[in-house]
Amino acid sequence: MSPPVRRFDAIIVGAGGAGMRASLQLAEAGLSVAVLTKVFPTRSHTVAAQGGIGASLGNMSEDSWLWHMYDTIKGSDWLGDQDAIEYMCKMAPKVVYELEHFGMPFDRNPDGTIYQRPFGGHSANFGEKAVQRACAAADRTGHALVHTLYQRNVRARTQFFVEWMALDLVRDADGEVLGVVALEMETGEVMVLQAKATVFATGGAGRIFAASTNAFINTGDGLGMAARAGIPLEDMEMWQFHPTGVAGAGVLITEGVRGEGGILLNSNGERFMERYAPNLKDLASRDVVSRSMDQEIKEGRGCGPEKDHVLLKLDHLGPEVIIKRLPSIREIAIKFANVDPIREPIPVVPTIHYQMGGIPTNVHGQVVAPAGGSPNEIVPGFYAAGECACVSVHGANRLGTNSLLDIVVFGRAAGDFIVAQNLKAQAHKPLPRDAADRSLARLARLDGAKSGERVPDVANALRKEMQAHCGVYRNQELLSEGVRKVMELDERSKRVAIADHSRTFNTARVEALELDNLMETAKATIVSAEARRESRGAQARSDYPSRDDVNWLKHTLWYSEGNRLDYKPVNLKPLTVDSFPPKARTY
Amino acid sequence: MMDDRRLARLRWRCRRGMLENDLVLGRFLDARGASITEDDMALLDRLLDMTDTDLWDLIAGRAEPDDATLAPMVKALRTS
Ligand SMILES: Cc1cc2nc3c(=O)[nH]c(=O)nc-3n(C[C@H](O)[C@H](O)[C@H](O)COP(=O)(O)OP(=O)(O)OC[C@H]3O[C@@H](n4cnc5c(N)ncnc54)[C@H](O)[C@@H]3O)c2cc1C
Repeated sequence: MSPPVRRFDAIIVGAGGAGMRASLQLAEAGLSVAVLTKVFPTRSHTVAAQGGIGASLGNMSEDSWLWHMYDTIKGSDWLGDQDAIEYMCKMAPKVVYELEHFGMPFDRNPDGTIYQRPFGGHSANFGEKAVQRACAAADRTGHALVHTLYQRNVRARTQFFVEWMALDLVRDADGEVLGVVALEMETGEVMVLQAKATVFATGGAGRIFAASTNAFINTGDGLGMAARAGIPLEDMEMWQFHPTGVAGAGVLITEGVRGEGGILLNSNGERFMERYAPNLKDLASRDVVSRSMDQEIKEGRGCGPEKDHVLLKLDHLGPEVIIKRLPSIREIAIKFANVDPIREPIPVVPTIHYQMGGIPTNVHGQVVAPAGGSPNEIVPGFYAAGECACVSVHGANRLGTNSLLDIVVFGRAAGDFIVAQNLKAQAHKPLPRDAADRSLARLARLDGAKSGERVPDVANALRKEMQAHCGVYRNQELLSEGVRKVMELDERSKRVAIADHSRTFNTARVEALELDNLMETAKATIVSAEARRESRGAQARSDYPSRDDVNWLKHTLWYSEGNRLDYKPVNLKPLTVDSFPPKARTY
Repeated sequence: MMDDRRLARLRWRCRRGMLENDLVLGRFLDARGASITEDDMALLDRLLDMTDTDLWDLIAGRAEPDDATLAPMVKALRTS
């Protein structure tokens, strides 16, 4: 029995910043666009972003896109593709002004221009001095962004399919992508949504780790769907940690707390950052602080009965400062750590925050994969943008505020490119007979399984193993054992069963389907990390402590089939300017 | 009789864009779960229609609900 089919010019899976920026271009050009989303669009994870969006507007002091480009390349530890980075940094002022024009309520200077905040890693004149480049809407930049884009999309008559979950890609014998198979949560009905262009904007997969700042919806569905359809995933070993997530909960405690004078202590009550970063101490960059914390914990100086976290001490700032300047942090500490920072320190651990890798694309958002001798052959009909994509502007480490920029720039670029394809004039290709088979088989197995392991048990075990074996500091022994454990869990995940077989809003079934995607993402991550025998950006290997440009200045590609790896060169050639050749990354 | 499917729908809508809200709503459902009344479901549903940042402001005590009938549910979430 084959499910019903609906046809559109374009389908976008995901209604966060990337998806809604793409859909806006398409809908305004008069294409029929369907945007699928697991949750209401304005509840996409983009709402959580607070810090800002980077653009060299130069409103505070002189700035240039070339300096922004340099900072991004250096931040990426030279794993970023310089053509994509040039494109993004050059486009940044334009997309920010566009958002302003759409009505996004940016903070302003007295003269009416957009106010820009300082942020780690943003510099003028190629690292010479700090520059203020982050545009923000109070501490609600992401919220303002999705609300602005949602209103615009409603005006442009974008069709939203809210509480619809895409299950799998539809790919024909020529390898062309023809849409997705999706599940409507309210009815439990399965449908094929066919399109001439399919865009993935499904966000990150931070829920593969036990300690994560990401919301529960970030299960890497786009990555899982792409991997199952034979498309490789790029640089999945590269995950950014935020040093201060609340232990056991993940909720992020902003850098601002250490800016106000908060300090990190180990179990001896020692301010250990003085040893690792004598100058910047607790204010050193995210990766440096995360690694130092991890080392303290690994060497037995962690706190608590399990010695598994360190402490963030604020009480010396006094109740007035805490209540006045850090009220939200106090609320988070009370609610999620059960401590009042006015009296007690907050238990914190390095926490997964952002996925640099993803579905490989070019600057038009077209998905690319090795074929016929080219490392970047286009996969027809398929596009990706945002955190699920790897274009690659973040390389081995993302610069703060570059993700909101990435989603807007490349969401828009994918939209523009698709508009230029003149899809209205093209007919839909015939759907392959087996278009929905993979999804139907997955659902049938779940419906038929009378007994088996519980989904949360397997998912939690996966998160625990990923955290233990693929954390901040990695080494061969840990990673090899981790690969073994994750592969065992992969087998276990094929035998899960759910007790609830109802059709309407069956969260248990959705979680079982999400588990398949978590699994693909976790395998990609740990297999890629095990193979990369160097330290670069977020990949910190205690057994290979330095960057190795001779052997490892290349992108990883992981294939689900055969759990196999391939590599492709980094593009060191920008579009118009001279290349920034690799050099040591010191701040 | 409690409507099962209504609870199921509510459960899914507790999936939010901010981890803070995910965690609090999850704890609330785990504690209350199947024993939640129809009236409370209606109140929770109204809160879930709010944006994530506004909902978190309420839960964190930085704001009070406009409508006093929501107060008991806000209080329940604050202590979850
Ligand atoms: C706490 C926090 C703070 C941050 N602060 C900043 C910041 O200040 N500056 C910055 O630049 N970056 C920041 N980031 C990173 C940035 O917010 C994200 O990388 C970015 O918002 C991702 O946007 P996106 O559009 O790619 O995906 P998302 O906003 O995550 O949207 C994904 C969409 O895909 C949908 N979806 C997923 N799977 C499916 C499926 N199977 N079927 C249908 N729909 C699906 C979801 O419903 C959702 O609509 C922060 C991240 C976190 C966690």
